[in-house]
Amino acid sequence: MNSSIVLYPILWQAIISIVLMFFWQRTYLQRIVSIIGSAIGLALALVLFTMVWNNGILVVQAGNWAAPFGITMVADLFAASLVLLTHIVAFAVSIYSKETIISSRVRFGYFPIYHLLIMGLSGAFLTGDIFNLYVWFEVIIISSFVLLTLGGKHAQIEGAVKYFTLNMLASIIFLTAIALLYGVTGTLNMAELSRIVPQIENQGLIQIIAIIFFTGFGIKAGVFPLYFWLPASYHAPPAAVSAVFGGLLTKVGVYALIRIFTLIFTPDTFNSTLIMWTAALTLLSGGLGALVQKDITKVFSYLIICHIGFMIAGLSLNMEIALIGAIFYMFHDIIVKANLFLVGGLLYRINGTTKIDQMGGLLNTYPKLAVLIAIPLFSLVGIPPLSGFWPKLSLFQASFASENYLLLGFMIFASFITLVIIARLWNNVVSKPVDNAPVVSTKFRYFQTFSRYEKSAMITPIVFLSAVSLYIGFGAEHIHTIVSKIGYELMHTEGYYDAVFNTLNSQR
Amino acid sequence: MELVLAIMTGVLYAAGIYLILRRSLVKLIIGLVLLGNGINLLIFLMGGLVKGNPPIIEVDGKVLSGVFSDPVPQALILTAIVISFGLQSFAIILIKRAYQVVNTDDLDEMNTTDRIE
Repeated sequence: MNSSIVLYPILWQAIISIVLMFFWQRTYLQRIVSIIGSAIGLALALVLFTMVWNNGILVVQAGNWAAPFGITMVADLFAASLVLLTHIVAFAVSIYSKETIISSRVRFGYFPIYHLLIMGLSGAFLTGDIFNLYVWFEVIIISSFVLLTLGGKHAQIEGAVKYFTLNMLASIIFLTAIALLYGVTGTLNMAELSRIVPQIENQGLIQIIAIIFFTGFGIKAGVFPLYFWLPASYHAPPAAVSAVFGGLLTKVGVYALIRIFTLIFTPDTFNSTLIMWTAALTLLSGGLGALVQKDITKVFSYLIICHIGFMIAGLSLNMEIALIGAIFYMFHDIIVKANLFLVGGLLYRINGTTKIDQMGGLLNTYPKLAVLIAIPLFSLVGIPPLSGFWPKLSLFQASFASENYLLLGFMIFASFITLVIIARLWNNVVSKPVDNAPVVSTKFRYFQTFSRYEKSAMITPIVFLSAVSLYIGFGAEHIHTIVSKIGYELMHTEGYYDAVFNTLNSQR
Repeated sequence: MELVLAIMTGVLYAAGIYLILRRSLVKLIIGLVLLGNGINLLIFLMGGLVKGNPPIIEVDGKVLSGVFSDPVPQALILTAIVISFGLQSFAIILIKRAYQVVNTDDLDEMNTTDRIE
């Protein structure tokens, strides 16, 4: 069995990025290459996913050095499905970037850096070595710094200072935790760590290391007291960049949290209480933050924080059904959040502003678009047949089963706040007529003046992501089968360990 | 030697965090640089210090013998230094641009992105 397919999605993004660098000044060609490249990347991710689904966990040892001596890349079902979702979003955003990213940004290397970001995300999901995870995190943040600052507007630079400082601090905290963990266990391989860590005598030290990991990943994921960089920076870059950030970047932090707290650490009572309260307060503060914001992208930024709370809540309950709910929520959230930021960019083009109270009248001007944007908006709330409903069902069920009514209350409250926000947004943007139209410069190009071709390039990705959302909602039993298998794999780590340590035998 | 390195790590962390909490942009970057150096020392320290016994197998031997120094932390530090070098050079360009665009180096005045209008 050829398991080197694990590396193809990563390598392919690096190859596109290098190819794009040869066409530095030819912006039109770069746009086309990026779309084709992302389509092929999506196909590779799909192949990886089907192979992992059919054959179980795939493992590659770098340089054929047997684990734990070399760097291990592991594609279990969790990693493979997240790589697939990453590539779905990347494909949609590539198409969206074609018309919305202006040529001066492209000439400063927008597309090569964008593909390096996707490479970093895929690498972070697939690695099985904790120091290698740090390296992929650095690939992600350095690419995101460039994408965030490209263009050099006031809000971008100011947001970037905050984004940079806190993300670099998070990396330093993460690296501190790695150093301490290496000092205690003497290994970096995640599969081997899962065996050594429970045998360490000084469990107090292990729990402290777990807290340091939680802080580092918590900053990246945007949990309660550590999220302030997120709403300060996510609204600044163009909508295409915000979509990738909002859909995927915080989810890498959540992925890392779920991975280390299922595979390596088992939280003690204090730590699980800490994680539970973090989740509850994240739900609360994100929801209340979104309630007072008047800028559409800032509302979406706070909603990211609010919904990160659901995933952390699933993690804190520490049982299989809760994990299933959290991972299902993550799948739904990646697609919907990316889609919402694309919708935000579209509304900006239609109305000439991002202020919610200055928008309006979409039902009269573009009734079909109003129906289209209803899909991501109401999926986010979780109206029953749509995708947000099913993971909440599992999460609520888990909190009933563990009799954690406090967390249940916070989750229901956050769902209601989301409903209020989306209802108000719908009322302002779609139903009511425009009463105070914004003053925009004469150079601003309204959506109305776009050619048919340009319009379709902006709407196709939204249609595509909405279709994926609808599939997650209406094909929930398929997703649930996948997620249940992931939940089983995460709770029974022997499979992961055996896969990592037996690869060379099976290849011979 | 361990004690000296441990104290050095502590001093670098403390100084780094103190500088991050100041209001000046330049001090912020210096703080991050100090933290980056502190973490490198910490990795080195956690690998265990062994003097004068490199991890090299003798010509007639098959395995390493005796107490030898661990090569992995040194590889990790090398990677971490390269990464933090890249990030720090980006940071210096960023604060230069930030000073030009926002026209201040006071972090407390950089609050326009947090306002609700």
